[in-house]
Order: sequence, then structure tokens, then C-alpha cells
Amino acid sequence: MQLTLGPVLYNWKPELWRDFYFRIADEAPVDVVVVGEVVCSKRSPFLEPHIPEVVERLAGAGKTVLMGSLTLMSLPRERKAMLELAGDDQFTMEVNDLTCLGMLGGKPHAIGPFVNIYNEATAKYFATRGATRICLPPELPLSAIRAIAQSQPDVTFEVFSFGRVPLAISARCYHARLNKLSKDNCKFVCEQDPDGLAVTTLDDEPFLAMNGVQTLSYTCASLLGDVDKLRDAGAGAMRLSPQQCDMVAVAQLFRDAIDGKVAPSEGAAKLSAIYPLKQSNGFLFSKPGAAFVTDSGDVRRIVPAA
Amino acid sequence: MELICPAGTPAALHDAVAAGADAIYCGFNDETNARNFPGLNFSREEMRESIAHAHRYGCSVLVAINTFARAGNVELWQRAVDDAVDAEADAVILADVGVMDYCARTHPQQRLHVSVQAAAANADSIRFYVDSFNAKRVVLPRVLSVQEIAAITKEVKCETEVFIFGGLCVMEEGRCSLSSYATGKSPNMDGVCSPAGAIQYREEKGALVSRLGEFTINKFAKGEAAAYPTLCKGRYQTDEGCGYLFEDPASLDATTMLPELRAAGVAALKIEGRQRGRAYIERVVKTFKDVLSALDDGRPLPVDALRGLSEGQSNTTGAYKKTWR
Repeated sequence: MQLTLGPVLYNWKPELWRDFYFRIADEAPVDVVVVGEVVCSKRSPFLEPHIPEVVERLAGAGKTVLMGSLTLMSLPRERKAMLELAGDDQFTMEVNDLTCLGMLGGKPHAIGPFVNIYNEATAKYFATRGATRICLPPELPLSAIRAIAQSQPDVTFEVFSFGRVPLAISARCYHARLNKLSKDNCKFVCEQDPDGLAVTTLDDEPFLAMNGVQTLSYTCASLLGDVDKLRDAGAGAMRLSPQQCDMVAVAQLFRDAIDGKVAPSEGAAKLSAIYPLKQSNGFLFSKPGAAFVTDSGDVRRIVPAA
Repeated sequence: MELICPAGTPAALHDAVAAGADAIYCGFNDETNARNFPGLNFSREEMRESIAHAHRYGCSVLVAINTFARAGNVELWQRAVDDAVDAEADAVILADVGVMDYCARTHPQQRLHVSVQAAAANADSIRFYVDSFNAKRVVLPRVLSVQEIAAITKEVKCETEVFIFGGLCVMEEGRCSLSSYATGKSPNMDGVCSPAGAIQYREEKGALVSRLGEFTINKFAKGEAAAYPTLCKGRYQTDEGCGYLFEDPASLDATTMLPELRAAGVAALKIEGRQRGRAYIERVVKTFKDVLSALDDGRPLPVDALRGLSEGQSNTTGAYKKTWR
């Protein structure tokens, strides 16, 4: 079982973003790292100066580096940027929207969690078009992961396994809306929330998180206790999505769980110590995504009943 | 521009035909369609009869098979395509690439439309569907401005269709798991969003509280109109402010945008609401026929004729104007 570090989904300060990857390159036991801005193209220019050195450092440390595409593209400059990325033979692209598929012209590529691959027929179609790695949509249950992975043994299937779960994308920026700003003059207010802005209900139940045009879960996905099930289903990699915590320690903990060095219950406690956000894995079991299903099958509500 | 109306039942389809719809879209009564509500939609036999009826009056029928096929049971979606073809559907509206691939290979003569659920939001993405599956039309996601729609329509080799009235997704369609996060039921897999079965109302200190699964979606003071608790149109809190963080409980009404949509080269206009009753269908079709003939004749548009018909408490032109850009 491989470990993949997904792209940073939030608006991090460029130097901190660079230094984060330097440390990942040096310290984190991950096999694949996805780099690049996938949520909002307005953030891209700030990261671009640092991408060459980040890629070099990661590749030098033996990591496979993928360049993530944007998720929603409507502006000509966004499509142009993706065309350039698709044409660059130094990188393998992780496609997050079918916009990029034609641009790649059959070149081998990865597919990210924002492309809708819900079944074996669709997975097969994309494999014939050059997909070698596919990160499945986070809402897929284990039964679907199994059916898909077993039908395409030559493709490496990844499962979203740690981090706030990306749930929706919009053309509209909710950080800008909340701050009564227009999208074009957003003042990059999302940078104030490098871990996402928590959204609670009017009854103070933790619910969602806001990240500019993206909406995520309040909870942190954790499939740390489900490693054996994923392996048995045929998943080839677990994806860790960067949050504001010690991601090297998170990666090491998942590596230990994969290697059987840490038991599920012990792992969950250790993960809470590293990143004390409520954990969820409900999607895997066809339950509400916010729920957490324990190893014994108990469904824990994310919000304790009053 | 072609006017495309929803039908959740054979009776609604008959009403829409009688009211003068150019085309009607509908689906089978299972999870292959994105309005998989109890008691709605068409059996195989109803579909055959309804299409034959519509065809007698020169009205075409588009069959929506626009959820994503369930792993391990893709045949259910493939059979839906086969049956729609057998029933002489004028087009199938598909979202899943695997299902499109099946349709294009098995029924190469069948007209294929790309569902809004496929989230084809730019010309390159649409080109993928046209080149790969010979798609003849794309239903555009409700994230685009009229200018963007015009640019896309000019650039692509297929027709474009847009929503003009009814329920409004604020997230890009087909890429939203908010409902399954809260309830376990998703638009993509189950054909439902914020399903009625997961909703509860309760009274609390004089306020009406609407809940979806384990979560409070909204609270209404006495006398305040209570909107259906669609997840993205609830009231929530953050440290930086609270209220309708994603969207007000508003419905789409693009009546005033019709001249611009026509100038943009849009081929077809779609009305949302396969879950709505016959009275709605009849009135909305008649009204839009009037609006379109006024548009053709250069008369002022009767823009207020649809007031009170939408499910939301207010109307919006959605992304078409992008007032928030």
C-alpha cells in the first residue's frame, strides 16, 4: 500500500507552502506527492515561483511528483495554463477535470478525486485513455472501491484517507461572499483560514468548512483503522490531504498502520493527538460521510445526541 | 429556442404536451435518474406510451439517465439506455462517462445529450464529450455567466442548453457530496439531494427548526416563511459571520435574460421541476410560450407572470449575471 500526499487545498503563504514541501521531501514516508493549486486559479501566481525548487527537492528525495490540475475552469487563462501544464513533459499531470483529458492526447496521467469515476466501466474507459493512477471520489463506499479496483488490476486506485473531505466546488467564492467582497476583488481573505473556516449550524453542531470556492467537511476523514479493508478491496494507495498539523507525523502514523505496527484504536488516539479534529469515515460504509464507524461496526454520530 | 419542460408523471407529460412544450424530459422510476423521488417517474411501459403520445403531437422526449452507475451493477444503467432507445426517445441525457461510452458503442445512431450533472463547464470539456461520444448537445452547469455561455456556444461543435427556471444548484452540479455527507444519500449515486426522508421539523421556543440528518439547516421565527431545508440554502455560523453562507433560499428565474441567451446562440431552454405538480407544469409551459413569442415579436416580455410559482422565497438570475464577480 502506497501513501500519496494530496495537494494543499488551502491558501497557504507561499514561503510556508514551499517549506512544507521541503520538510515532506526530507522527512515524510510518502511515495507520491501531488503539487499545484487545484482550487482557485487566483492563488496560482503566488505558488508558481516556488514550484521548480519544490519539485526538484521532492524528486531528489525519491518521491513521484504529480502536478494537479484545477478542478473548475471557466476562464480562458485557466484553460491556457492547463494546456501548458499538459504539454510539459517534465511532469505527470493529475487530472481534476475532463477539460485536461483532450489536452493530454493519450499521454499517461493520473486522475484526481474530482473526476466522477463511480464504477468499473468508467474506470476502464479512463484507463484506455491513459490513466495509470486514479484517486476515487471520497463519497464512494467500500463495495464500489472493491468492484472498481478488482476490474482494473493494472491501475493504482487511491482512496481519500486523511484530511477535511472536499465536498463541493462552486464558481462563487464563499469567503468573498462572507466578507461582502466581489470575487475579482477578494483581497485573498481565504488566506486567513489556512485550515478552512469552520461552519457550524445554528445549534452549534460542527458541520462544514469553507475554503474560497470549495466546501469541505468539518470533520477530518480518517481511514487509519480501515487499512486492512482497503487493502483487501484492492486499493493501492491511501491519500493524505494536508491540514495545519504535523503532516510528517500523520504520514508516519499511516505508514505504521499499513505496516501493522499500530492497532486501529491506538492509531485513532495517536491521530487525535496530532490533529484534534473529530474524525469521520462514514462514506466508506454507505453511512452519512460525517459519521464514524468503529472497528466493531458501531456508528458514532458526529454530534452527540442532546 | 426550444422550450424543454419537466415531467415527473405521464399525466404531467400529457399536460406539458397540451400546453405546447417543444420537448419534455423525464426518467425511469429507479436510481438511474437524478430526480429519484418516491412515486415519481416512468415505468418502461409508461415511457413507451408517453413518448408515442408526445410524438403524435410533434413534441420530442428526452430521457434523463443522469446519475452515475453503481459499481457492480452497471447493467441497470445500460439497460435503461437500451430501453430508452427501444421506446424511441429523441435523445438520452447522460452524465456517466462509462454509460456514454456504452451508448455511443451500442447505439451509435442514438442522439446523446450531456447532462448538467456531467459538469462540462468550458469548451475543452465539451469537446471531450463531442469527440469521444458524438454528443449533440450539452446542458451547461449553472456556474456560467451569459458572456461565458455565448463564448462556449460559439466555440463548440454541439448545441447548448441552459436552465431558465426553477430550483438552483449553487455548487457545480454532479460535483457535490454535501447531501451524502449529511444523510448518506447523494445526487450522483442515489439521484436525491437533501431527501425528504432525512428531514425533520421541530418546534423550539416558538421557532420552527428544520433538520437534515443530524444537522440543523435553518430556524424560522414565528410568521417567517419556512423554505425546504436544501443543505446549501441553510443558515449557518462561522467565527467571521453567520447567515445564508452559500445561497439564499432562492430559485432561478432567467426570464429577463432570454434576449441575451438567444443572442448567445443557446439552442434550448430548460425548466427545472420534475418533482412539481401538474398545475405548475401547465402554467410554467404556457407562460414561457408567451414569453418566447413576445421575444420573437419584439414585444415587452411579461416578466412577472411567473411570480409565486417558484419553490424558493425569492428569485435570482443565478450565475448568468454574476453580480458577485
